[in-house]
Amino acid sequence: MKPTFARRFIAGVLGLVSVVAFTSSAQAAGEVKHPREVNGSWEGPFGRFDRAQLQRGFQVYKEVCSGCHSMNLLHYRNLGDEHGPFYDPKYPNPNENPVIKAIAATYTVKAVDPDGNEEERPGLPADKFVSPFENASQAKAANGGSMPPDMSALVKARHLGGDYIYSLLSGYDQTPPKGKSIPEGKYYNPYMPGGVIAMGPPLVDEQVTYADSEANKGVKPTVDQMSRDVVAFLSWASEPHQTQRKITGFGVMAFLSLLTILLWFSYRQVWRNVEH
Amino acid sequence: MSATNHEVAGEAGEPTRRDMIHVATGAVAAGGAAMLAWPLINQMNPAADTRALASIEFDVSKVAEGSQTKIMWRGKPLFVRHRTAEEIAQGKKDDGAELKDPQTDDQRTMQSNEQPGKPEYLIMEANCTHLGCIPVGLAEPGYIGEYGGWFCPCHGSHYDTAGRIRKGPAPKNLYIPPYVYTGGTVVKIG
Amino acid sequence: MSGPSSYVPKSDLEKWLDTRLPIVRFMNDTLVDFPTPKNLNYWYTFGGILAVCLVSQIITGIILAMHYVPQIDMAFNSVERIMRDVNYGWLVRFMHANGASMFFLAVYIHIFRGLYYGSYKAPREILWGLGVIIFLLMIITAFMGYVLPWGQMSLWGATVITNIVGAVPFIGESIKTWLLGGFAVDNATLNRFFSLHYLLPFVIAGVVVLHIWALHVPGNNNPTGVEVQDVKKETLPFHPYYTIKDAFAICVFLLIFAGFVFFGPNTLGHPDNYIPANNQVTPAHIVPEWYLLPFYAILRAITFDVLIIDAKFGGVIAMGGAILILFALPWLDSSKIKSMRYRPVARMWWFAFVVNFLMLAVCGAMPAEPPWTLISLICTIYYFAYFLVILPVLGVIEKPQTPPASIADSILQSHKKSAGVSAAAVPAE
Repeated sequence: MKPTFARRFIAGVLGLVSVVAFTSSAQAAGEVKHPREVNGSWEGPFGRFDRAQLQRGFQVYKEVCSGCHSMNLLHYRNLGDEHGPFYDPKYPNPNENPVIKAIAATYTVKAVDPDGNEEERPGLPADKFVSPFENASQAKAANGGSMPPDMSALVKARHLGGDYIYSLLSGYDQTPPKGKSIPEGKYYNPYMPGGVIAMGPPLVDEQVTYADSEANKGVKPTVDQMSRDVVAFLSWASEPHQTQRKITGFGVMAFLSLLTILLWFSYRQVWRNVEH
Repeated sequence: MSATNHEVAGEAGEPTRRDMIHVATGAVAAGGAAMLAWPLINQMNPAADTRALASIEFDVSKVAEGSQTKIMWRGKPLFVRHRTAEEIAQGKKDDGAELKDPQTDDQRTMQSNEQPGKPEYLIMEANCTHLGCIPVGLAEPGYIGEYGGWFCPCHGSHYDTAGRIRKGPAPKNLYIPPYVYTGGTVVKIG
Repeated sequence: MSGPSSYVPKSDLEKWLDTRLPIVRFMNDTLVDFPTPKNLNYWYTFGGILAVCLVSQIITGIILAMHYVPQIDMAFNSVERIMRDVNYGWLVRFMHANGASMFFLAVYIHIFRGLYYGSYKAPREILWGLGVIIFLLMIITAFMGYVLPWGQMSLWGATVITNIVGAVPFIGESIKTWLLGGFAVDNATLNRFFSLHYLLPFVIAGVVVLHIWALHVPGNNNPTGVEVQDVKKETLPFHPYYTIKDAFAICVFLLIFAGFVFFGPNTLGHPDNYIPANNQVTPAHIVPEWYLLPFYAILRAITFDVLIIDAKFGGVIAMGGAILILFALPWLDSSKIKSMRYRPVARMWWFAFVVNFLMLAVCGAMPAEPPWTLISLICTIYYFAYFLVILPVLGVIEKPQTPPASIADSILQSHKKSAGVSAAAVPAE
């Protein structure tokens, strides 16, 4: 096809657009370092969570993060949902899963007793995750005026969420660039937009002791490992049904492909003897 | 359009090779529509948080002898009454009496797995089977009726110590929810 | 094109119904026997695709409304509850959110097709105008829908766009306060947006009925732009010829839709909308959903005052004008030839318009800084020039090719070409 003016013009414009788009993504990011990839087993259309990793991640959340970060949208029974950290096929209803009941019972929940008085009772699977603070003001007061964000949807709420949180947690050990001043009480992290973060490095090596199980053989609680594990857990928590979504998706795509092929042949059959 | 062998065969009324593609496509499309419809209908079924509260566990030893507790289950109140020996005896004595809704005292304390429960603990829905008011029982201020059990102040239904309707407009005994004892004094209701 | 009904009721029930409420006759005349030009290509399947999108959005929307709570302290959590606890709630939510994107993808293709084939020209001016009304209603519905999850983008996008209303001189502030139900986007706004978001799709459905009625009076345009002359030789009954073609196209469209729903459900969205709305913290960049980006770019392109109109109000006029100008198109395009198949010069400008529109979308996503401010302005000028200058002038000065004498001729020509006979003056598509 002879390159007409139109085609040359379009090629030029598209070229300009792509060049600008690529450079602008760096511009728009400002002075923040592009996150390192976490390459989680759950990522991509075929991704699946590793149950042992989810359990380790929950342990990191429970022992480290939950001191300041709430997870208001999760209930203890979610831990026993299919594709979740403590799913047991013997207990398809997670409310009856003894492991879940035991985990929930380690928490104290505020409730109202049958006489209408406030009481504290052990948690049940049906309860929401207990929040470390009563309200936002208390949370800020305990954290130098900064609000530790709720973690229920955190991975969804950040661009490249899993990579970002992994890089942030494991990326503290870097010196600020010359001339950058870090305010008193705050810390430097190159992955945080602006470089200044109110949260101090939350993880140190060996902080958490992983269970000595077959699945955890050779897994050491280094900062890098704990970051990966907690990101797996947080990714699951952000969208507990993602595995089901992907499995269903394959079925739907296969079905629609079949139907499209059938419709194509039906269409050809209908139009067979028509001049068009 | 030129006539072909297929068309002639079709006119005879038999499905032709040509039509099979349309039948197949239609069948697959209909199957797909059904598969799509199911989640759209199932979403109205109770959600996971509602199902989580469908069962509750309660430790009956919390209820002192001779008193009753009200607990909430599936949005409705339940009576858990720790009956005294006299109340149990009274309930058993009236097994043969003329009852609008005949049930023995043993049946009133049976578990949902058809195993006998604990006769001293009566677990019942707290709504009068007439129009739903909450009847007044022992250890509460007010008239408790002629049969030593409960009295509904709305329209005057009298229930005995086993929660059976003895007098008044209510048609049925106070409903027993499904429950099993899961060990010791803990009962799982629902 | 509408003509005498050829429907003959067969069974006793059909005869009984036909004399009381001729609904079967109506269905037959509209969807079965309706004479449709033989030569419609796949660009003409997008009307059917849009109907499927509307039905899908209404059904998934009604389901979501069974679980959603339109109150600022509960809205965000109710959406997350749908995603987590409602049976298949995640599926319904992702279908609704991505369905909106698919709806706009289809409507843009549908509109660009109309621009190319001159489908807006006489006698289809009202058909086109109704289409523009549907487009406008879609934009308003989508805007209000995006506020409902009450994320950061919901709140701040709503704040920016309702401030637009305030830019109108004298009465602007009062109208804005009336619209918001308060002095800022807050609970009153959320509640009424929910009510209106539920209502408008049914208004859209009503206008769609008028749109199809206005189509059926003159009948479909076709790629040659030459009206049907011989119904028997040049048309086919809508069923089965176009029902099956539309069904195939819809299925392909559903494959793309499913790809997004199941494997990229948040790709077209913005992560900031998963942060609960906070009226004390503004997101770094406030951007609307992708399908509103071109108009957002036009809004922000006017950065200078013009006489008594300040830049802010100028932007509002430009953005509103960009949609309203579409109404005038049938009278702005002076060409006697409908289809750009036979207007090689106009075709180039049309293609440039499409690229320009995409460029505007890119601009809308960028921060309002150089060089984007200049590019937005140039693209905005081209957008308006296309309708106000290029099309009117081209209609007069262009020397178009000769369209075929009829649709039948065009089909004959294309068969001769594919049979290897040397091409006549008919240009390639």
